[in-house]
Amino acid sequence: MAGLIFLIPIALGMGLVGLVAFLWAARSGQFDDPDGAANRILVDEDRPLPDNGEQGLEK
Amino acid sequence: MSLLDTNMVAGCPSGLAPSEAPSLSDPSAFVRRVDGQNRLSLTVRGAKCGACINRIESAVKTLPGMESARLNLSTGDLEVGWRGSLKAPIIVAAVAELGYGVSPRDQDQGASDEQREERSLLIALGVAGFAMANIMLLSVSIWAGVGEMGETTRTMLHGISGVIALPAIIFSGRVFFVSAWNVLKRGHANMDVPISLALVIAFCVSVSETLRGGADAYFDASVMLLFFLLIGRFLDARVRRKAHASARDLAAMAHRTVMRLGPNGKASSVRASEISPGDQILLAPGERAVVDIQIDRGISDIDESLVTGESLARRAIPGMHLLAGTVNLSQPLTGTALAAASDSLLADIARMLEAGEQRRSTYRRIADRAVSLYVPFVHTSALLAFIGWLLAGMGVNEALLIGVSTLIITCPCALALAAPVTQVVAAGRLFRSGTFLKSGDALERIAQCDYIIFDKTGTLTLGTPKLSGQISPEALQAAAELARASRHPLSRAIVEAAGAGPVASDAREFAGLGLEGIVHGAPARLGSAEWVSVDSGQSDRSSLWFSQAGKTPVHFQFQDHVLNDVATTIGRLQKAGYGVEIVSGDRSETVESVAQTLKVDHWSAAASPRDKVNRLEELQAQGHKVLMVGDGLNDAGALALAHASLAPGGAMDVSQSASDAIYSGGLAALPRLISVAKQARSVMIENFAFAAAYNVIAVPIAITGHATPLVAAVAMSASSILVSLNALRLNAMRETL
Repeated sequence: MAGLIFLIPIALGMGLVGLVAFLWAARSGQFDDPDGAANRILVDEDRPLPDNGEQGLEK
Repeated sequence: MSLLDTNMVAGCPSGLAPSEAPSLSDPSAFVRRVDGQNRLSLTVRGAKCGACINRIESAVKTLPGMESARLNLSTGDLEVGWRGSLKAPIIVAAVAELGYGVSPRDQDQGASDEQREERSLLIALGVAGFAMANIMLLSVSIWAGVGEMGETTRTMLHGISGVIALPAIIFSGRVFFVSAWNVLKRGHANMDVPISLALVIAFCVSVSETLRGGADAYFDASVMLLFFLLIGRFLDARVRRKAHASARDLAAMAHRTVMRLGPNGKASSVRASEISPGDQILLAPGERAVVDIQIDRGISDIDESLVTGESLARRAIPGMHLLAGTVNLSQPLTGTALAAASDSLLADIARMLEAGEQRRSTYRRIADRAVSLYVPFVHTSALLAFIGWLLAGMGVNEALLIGVSTLIITCPCALALAAPVTQVVAAGRLFRSGTFLKSGDALERIAQCDYIIFDKTGTLTLGTPKLSGQISPEALQAAAELARASRHPLSRAIVEAAGAGPVASDAREFAGLGLEGIVHGAPARLGSAEWVSVDSGQSDRSSLWFSQAGKTPVHFQFQDHVLNDVATTIGRLQKAGYGVEIVSGDRSETVESVAQTLKVDHWSAAASPRDKVNRLEELQAQGHKVLMVGDGLNDAGALALAHASLAPGGAMDVSQSASDAIYSGGLAALPRLISVAKQARSVMIENFAFAAAYNVIAVPIAITGHATPLVAAVAMSASSILVSLNALRLNAMRETL
């Protein structure tokens, strides 16, 4: 029974962390463009290597 | 798909939306300065997939001085920010060149209010979800510990539940409380009144039970109720916001800019709303008139296809009146504004739209009708249970508990989800096939229609002329070199047939006559019969002649082609029992030939916007429910008044905002839309029937006092899940039409 004393606060605390994260995400506009967010992962950001590209990927 | 491939296509590479011809206007009047940065909000039409984001953002970001460019795919808003001397028209041109429709946008108060409302519903939903999950954690231990758990532990767990439930109900329940209070103040009642009542009573009874050390507290049930109801409310708000986002396009139209000539002859870009009658206006080639004007100087060709449905370009001379929505094709025109933007044809049509919206809002949704039957039933049964048990000699506390459990268990969770979930699933399915629904109840109205009226130009036919007949490749290539210098629809048709190639040197266009230039070293002309000095016996605006020194003139003929799948689609609709009619603003020969090809018996030509509306009212008076399909400005009034309406993706923005749904990828979308609408309707009715059946079982259980919090929780969530699963069936259904 004594376990409840700390188990319930831990459960509530974890839920609260999730809630705070959700509130932050909602307020910072991350749910404003669900279609765009779903599509953005498909956007290919590769660009042609610049001319002095040897220093980069070769080593 | 590589970047290179997608760059070859105009518009959305997924083919979900048609590309749009660039319409030029100077957005400089909409640039805002914030912290030394220039900002501009644009509305982009036709962007539907990830590749669009990439193309648009990277095209804009490569411009000098550009600091940020972000496209919101859900709403089509493009926000750009830059420093330096970059001019706004260059940004717009960069997007328009890719084949997207783009227009500047005001920082819109209404839209951001709606977005804020949706966001606050989402947050309320999150809070309710958090509270529900945590209270459920405690409730499950109470239910599992029946018979073993001591009263002290149980009361403590109830107490913690209450402490979580109180802020959640106050915070998330606000949505219902505020709305219920506002309605009650005016002496009415709506759905939110019983919901608020159920929440408050359930909470208060649970508090008193907890204080008494009783076994049954309804904290979990009341928060669960809140959570499910908020899901329905949130989905509804999202569907509604999408609908309003498209209505904003109409406002965006009035937000176009106009080149106004100052007293010193200097042109400056101003907002259309600042134009007053008598202002001097410059209409550049390719630009669309935003106000009605009278031409003072300049001769040009004009395209009125979106205003009147006339498929051929017309010659414009000084003294003529141009209606708003007309596109200037070849030469700059100077004119006097006849009316302010708010008095022009566009604004008239906007008023017609408003009248239509009002009439349409009298439509009662299935959900509303179900609720109005449901709410009195729920309340009477809860009240009767309470009074009945009191009379049977039970204590006030126990009787109240039974009344509350009846109220909670019958509360309209499944009912609140039945319609929105179905609408969201159906809209999602249509979206994937390229049809965009603008409101939830559009589906219900489309399912009811039994008569379909089509506009011709742009709906059944391509709307732009196509080369017909046999032309030798050499003559075609030679004519195309001249045609590439022109915006005239017939020239564009030649270019389309010939493909990319060189432009004739020294090509000049003479409005209403034709083009002249040097092709392969010899002077050549392309234009009307009189322009190339051929005696054809009649003046025919639907053909062109090409002549070059020393060669016989070549005759080019054009036809507005009926779109590919239209004949089969109309056949399918007629077979399914729909009345089909064509009402067009075009000349009667063209309409008749189209009607004959499509085997449509009822047609009328040369119809003005007013005629279209009259025909519609006539049919509605006969008891038909009419589905209107059209794309032009001249259809907008009819689109708004029809029982339900549809516009193709290439339609004028006014028509798009007047209609219930926008389709792309040809008319084959229409049978699909109708069959999905009918399926959605039957799924919705199944859902309501299920909610009713659920109550037939749940109410006796509750009234007899067998509804414990556990039973209430299971019944409520099971019914909500079943209703949602039933709606998901829509995705797997086959087309029936």
